[in-house]
Amino acid sequence: MLLPPHITSNSTSATRNPVYALVGNPNCGKSTLFNALTGLKQKVGNYPGVTVEKKIGTAYSQHGTPITVVDLPGSYSLAARSPDEAVTRDVLLGRRADTPQPDRILCVVDATNLERNLYLVHQILDLGRPVILVLNMMDLAAAAGAEIKLDKLEAELGIPVIACEAVNGRGVIDLKLAMSRADLPLSRHAWDVPAAIAPAVAELQASLTANDGKSPLIARAEALLLLTDRDSLRVAGSKPLSARTAETLAIWQRRWEGEGTDWAGILVNSRYEAIGAIAAEVVTAGHTPGPSTSDRIDDIVTHPLWGWLTLGGVMAALFLSIFTLAEFPMNFIDGHIAALSDQVKAAMSPGDLRDLITDGAIAGVGGVLVFLPQILILFFFIGLLESTGYMARAAFIMDRLMSRVGLNGKSFIPLLSSYACAIPGIMATRTIEDHKDRLVTIMVAPLMSCSARLPVYLLMIAALLPGDSVPIWSKVGLMLLMYTLGTVGAFAFAWLFKHTLLKGAPPLMIMELPPYRLPGLRDVALQMFERAWIFLRRAGTVILGISIILWFLTAYPKAPAGSNEQQQLAQSFAGRAGHALEPAIKPLGFDWQIGIGLITSFAAREVFVSTMGVVFNVESAKDNTTPLRQALLAAKWPDGRKLFTPLVCFTLMIFYVFAMQCVSTIAVVRRETNSWRWPLFQIGYLTGTAWLVCILVYQTGRALGFG
Amino acid sequence: MKLSELPVGTNAIVRELPNPDPANIRLREMGLLAGTKLSLIRVAPLGDPIEIKLRGYHLTIRKTEADHILVDPVP
Repeated sequence: MLLPPHITSNSTSATRNPVYALVGNPNCGKSTLFNALTGLKQKVGNYPGVTVEKKIGTAYSQHGTPITVVDLPGSYSLAARSPDEAVTRDVLLGRRADTPQPDRILCVVDATNLERNLYLVHQILDLGRPVILVLNMMDLAAAAGAEIKLDKLEAELGIPVIACEAVNGRGVIDLKLAMSRADLPLSRHAWDVPAAIAPAVAELQASLTANDGKSPLIARAEALLLLTDRDSLRVAGSKPLSARTAETLAIWQRRWEGEGTDWAGILVNSRYEAIGAIAAEVVTAGHTPGPSTSDRIDDIVTHPLWGWLTLGGVMAALFLSIFTLAEFPMNFIDGHIAALSDQVKAAMSPGDLRDLITDGAIAGVGGVLVFLPQILILFFFIGLLESTGYMARAAFIMDRLMSRVGLNGKSFIPLLSSYACAIPGIMATRTIEDHKDRLVTIMVAPLMSCSARLPVYLLMIAALLPGDSVPIWSKVGLMLLMYTLGTVGAFAFAWLFKHTLLKGAPPLMIMELPPYRLPGLRDVALQMFERAWIFLRRAGTVILGISIILWFLTAYPKAPAGSNEQQQLAQSFAGRAGHALEPAIKPLGFDWQIGIGLITSFAAREVFVSTMGVVFNVESAKDNTTPLRQALLAAKWPDGRKLFTPLVCFTLMIFYVFAMQCVSTIAVVRRETNSWRWPLFQIGYLTGTAWLVCILVYQTGRALGFG
Repeated sequence: MKLSELPVGTNAIVRELPNPDPANIRLREMGLLAGTKLSLIRVAPLGDPIEIKLRGYHLTIRKTEADHILVDPVP
């Protein structure tokens, strides 16, 4: 029998291959399923105007026909509370101009947590699109003693239900078979809108159809959604409601408020009632098997004593692996970049073009590539922490401390990562739902002393406390002081921003603690490469551009023929800028030569060391800073005073704690905030603070008779 | 009794939730409704937030939110 067209899938499926949207709660194994379905046939980009990852992949049906799958961000509900969830909502409702409304929907649910997962499914069934329900983690549900009757669930909902274990690929073939079907039934699930809100839903539906150009089914789904989506989170690229519909909604809300009707609660309640009725039919919870493995791990990991030790251990392992594992590939990359530069030098005739390529492009991009191993390891670790479930525990433990400055526990890992490198830290802020909290975290992340500051700190400590007679603890103490200063600064500014510029309600901490799971190494590795690629591709142009500008500033105008590098640099725009800068930095105890270093190290902090090598004409020996240190100690002001007094070295270190001296970070902040406004503000406030703190330290030091 | 005062390891049934603002709409959507059974699993080492178990999964909320949720302890 041929079904009438309105209850089979739309007719487009006959003419073109359907586009599937993949949706599900966070932690339901959706990414693993996406990878299993599409393999490496994925494209990762961004939704225009928002920093939400757009993932599109191709799966192949049994007959080899390509099927497009759009992986939408994990969401608990269509009533969005984060930009991620807003994108999911808007794509499903066809509100985004940049993404066509998907023809069919794949709903992934965690079989061990069926009731809560079905809430989103229940909302999605309202959309009137063909849905395939994927019950993932069936093995874990069985292990927990729950029995789920698939045929009953299929009968209740009237849509195909596929059992699946995405981790080991079980059920993926069945799923592809279902996806290949030419026609999919629409859900038969009958659900009555509660009487108290039914008139409002009908009115909103009519208004959405008449004024917003929605089809009746979508209009009903949107009308229902509007009742729970009060603070309707709007992200760039989504179409706003028409004024008429917004007014209708406002009128109803005022009326309900007057009557004391909890309209959102009524709606959510009735959905859960319908879900509860289904679950009662479908799930037979076996005997409760006592505390699960997850519970037992949590007893240790969130223990008042062992919890802190675990957190400390994880942090230590993270930093140890960054500094030890990254060393070899870093030297390797460094060597190859130098070799490439030499090859270009040998192949091309001397001239500006050659210098532009070697000293501008290769040196600039190379300076960033050198940090790539660290960045990759950090991405890997963050991915590992996320996929095992430990990330949520770290947030749980740290929430109280972070709440002191108005943030929540989710800012902890991004800030921690920033001790190694701010770039992965800033990219990891995407897990923070609240836009303002995320911005605050991004703004203060560069204050965490990253590994690029180490060479500067080490050189300055060597100049400040030369010789072997100095006890090691005073050097270590100085180093710790710098790290502490940055950390205190980060928290102080976070507090300040949360109370002024980015004022907002104290963030909530409604967070799921998912069961611990073994990480899918393939998924983690894939994510690591995706993120690194995004960083290189998006930040690459900015970094290349600024590197070339900085090269130009040091290469022009030309010094007379026969001058050496030192004379060239003194003669260049950068040298002149150093002179021009001197009045501003003299109160900090810095002269124009240090000024040149401040300018060139705007590209990356460690460049300061090599610039000092050129400024003071020291043949750079890679692992030995002694000649440079001696040259610094011999440097004098024109009037014969010593330039690098201990106080100046100390002040310079403090400058590097605060100042925003990193092109890559600027490029990443620009990308993550979608405007130049925030990175420019960040440069301003950080470098301004650096200047103020330095002037305070230097002048106080002078007044006290140091230096 | 307030959810924030529920002793660790005890079970309770939600009696009353505050009128919805965006925060507790999400709490409701996560399945925390009047009549929902829950147990208080633990309190974070620094005393906040708390971890509850409901509908077979674990959720954290801050005490400031738990202050507004009334529960009836059950054995």
